[in-house]
Amino acid sequence: MNLPDSKDFWSGVMLIAIGAVAVFIARDYPFGTALRMGAGFFPVVLGVILMVFGLYFAVRGLHSSARIEGNWSLRALIVLPLAFVAFGILMEHAGFIPAMLALIVGSAAAGTEFRIGEVLALSVLLTVMCVALFIWALGLPYPLIAGL
Amino acid sequence: MDLFHNLIFGFGVALSWQNLLYCLIGVSVGTLIGVLPGIGPLGTIAILLPITFNVAPVGALIMLAGIYYGAQYGGSTTAILVNLPGETSSVVTCIDGYQMARQGRAGPALAIAAIGSFFAGTVGTLLIALFGPPLADVALEFAAPEYFSLMLMSLVAAAALAQGDMAKSFAMVALGLLLGIVGTDVNTGVQRFSFGITELSDGIGFIVVAVGMFAMGEIIANLGEPEQRSIFGAKVTHLFPTWDDMKQSIGPILRGTALGSFFGVLPGTGPAIASFSSYIVEKKVAADPSRFGRGAIEGVAGPESANNADAQCKFIPMLTLGLPASGVMALMLGALTIQGIQPGPEVMTQRPELFWGLVASMWIGNLMLVVLNLPLIGVWVKLLTVPYRLLFPAIMAFSAIGIYSVNNSSFEIYLTALFGVLGFVWTKLGFPAPPLLLGFVLGPMMEEHLRRAMLMAKGDATVFLTRPISLAFIVITVIIVIVMVAPAVKKRRGEIAG
Repeated sequence: MNLPDSKDFWSGVMLIAIGAVAVFIARDYPFGTALRMGAGFFPVVLGVILMVFGLYFAVRGLHSSARIEGNWSLRALIVLPLAFVAFGILMEHAGFIPAMLALIVGSAAAGTEFRIGEVLALSVLLTVMCVALFIWALGLPYPLIAGL
Repeated sequence: MDLFHNLIFGFGVALSWQNLLYCLIGVSVGTLIGVLPGIGPLGTIAILLPITFNVAPVGALIMLAGIYYGAQYGGSTTAILVNLPGETSSVVTCIDGYQMARQGRAGPALAIAAIGSFFAGTVGTLLIALFGPPLADVALEFAAPEYFSLMLMSLVAAAALAQGDMAKSFAMVALGLLLGIVGTDVNTGVQRFSFGITELSDGIGFIVVAVGMFAMGEIIANLGEPEQRSIFGAKVTHLFPTWDDMKQSIGPILRGTALGSFFGVLPGTGPAIASFSSYIVEKKVAADPSRFGRGAIEGVAGPESANNADAQCKFIPMLTLGLPASGVMALMLGALTIQGIQPGPEVMTQRPELFWGLVASMWIGNLMLVVLNLPLIGVWVKLLTVPYRLLFPAIMAFSAIGIYSVNNSSFEIYLTALFGVLGFVWTKLGFPAPPLLLGFVLGPMMEEHLRRAMLMAKGDATVFLTRPISLAFIVITVIIVIVMVAPAVKKRRGEIAG
């Protein structure tokens, strides 16, 4: 038995945590009566259900040998969401073109192969296409570059 | 002849040039993403949902539906030529389809897949037209208790029949329900789980969850796997199957269509289950089962018909009861809601153009797909040479613009990134994503019906058991649980004892 990579054990821990947080927060919502259910009823019930499932998985994880399997890329897991966040920030402060370029170059950087020439060509091409399609054709109201 | 009039009316709607165009766009995009491994109809529909805001509801639905069944056609192309399933529903097509291609019979394999799919699509469309209206009539009699029991039944069935670990599917449904109620409670005005963030008081965007989990989560997962794609070099010649091929395929196509239609209306069963069962059935009834795995045309004809019939029939519960039977149907419901249409049996009477237009467009779309997939096969094969490293940044760009354009909100972009990470982690831990989406869509509706039912019954929870239709749904739910859970429990006991 090796807990650090037991699939079920960590599934259980996660569900117990989510369920507990849900119940904890929902304790402030009026629970109501059977006749008039309050805002708290549904969340509390669901939170408890999640905790029960979590407990089941955690116990099962102590016995089972299922491991977290397959290859996975930590790089993609970190870089892709960051590219999205960069897009969000730049859309608010810098405009559509910088946001698109950052997103595309950032996304490409999450992959295993990064060919700088190819990525630059791709980002320019995609940005031009998206400007034509979304800004000019569909008329989305975003500045191409903020302040211009 | 009501059906006849309705179909004529439907074709009138579907044949307007705008709707024809939407249908063509839909099936083309569908074929494209079907051909390309690594992006499926769920992710694509999620990404394109925001763009459909500006389209009339009928056009939007026609286009989104086209993507879905178009992907079933496209998936077979990749399976046959590259031995890679373009979609999960084409996994079994790889087995005999690729062998046929290696024997120089890629043409007939592709053709029979398209012919089978077209036949199945036609039958599926007819089934919707035949059974949709009576089902909706029944559903019009439903009140809150019936709706609650029906939703409970479909969620339980969806979780029980989904692929993978059943308990984890159930947990995902519960998690989806919980995520669905984030925001202002419509009855009491209480802010739930919004953590003081104003953007969350309207709830978590449907598109945010879908794109995060099905587009970004999927890409993160794909980038972890080494890319392997070798295209079958030989040119596709002799497209037309021989007379013998046709004779051998008629049976499998009919059986596949029947199986697919049956699995189609069941919640939770993806097209993969339909095509798997069809393959098994064909192998069982074959005079010489040893031919399977070595290029038996039945092994292509049956499963490909089954997955398309399944895809079409999934629309029946969605259009008549407002119930999503799969992740894609949950997205379709989302599309309707976004358009301001309350899904349910009223859609058919209040918006007949929507129902009949969609039904007619599906048949037209299937016809377009045969044309798109056979003579133009070379174009799609060329597309397979586009490497994934160029593809996924484009998918990311479309996703980001789509989400941002909904509310012009960067917050939703950040939330999508979060769901991308969560979606990936959940998948790695063995939690299937589609049940979460079903729960998420049904969550607010279920709570609402539960409250109404209790109010109606003056707080007496037995209301779900005293009304006959509701009781029937509850009984079916219990039976599903017993049938699905009992063997698992028995097996575990055996393991511990042994």
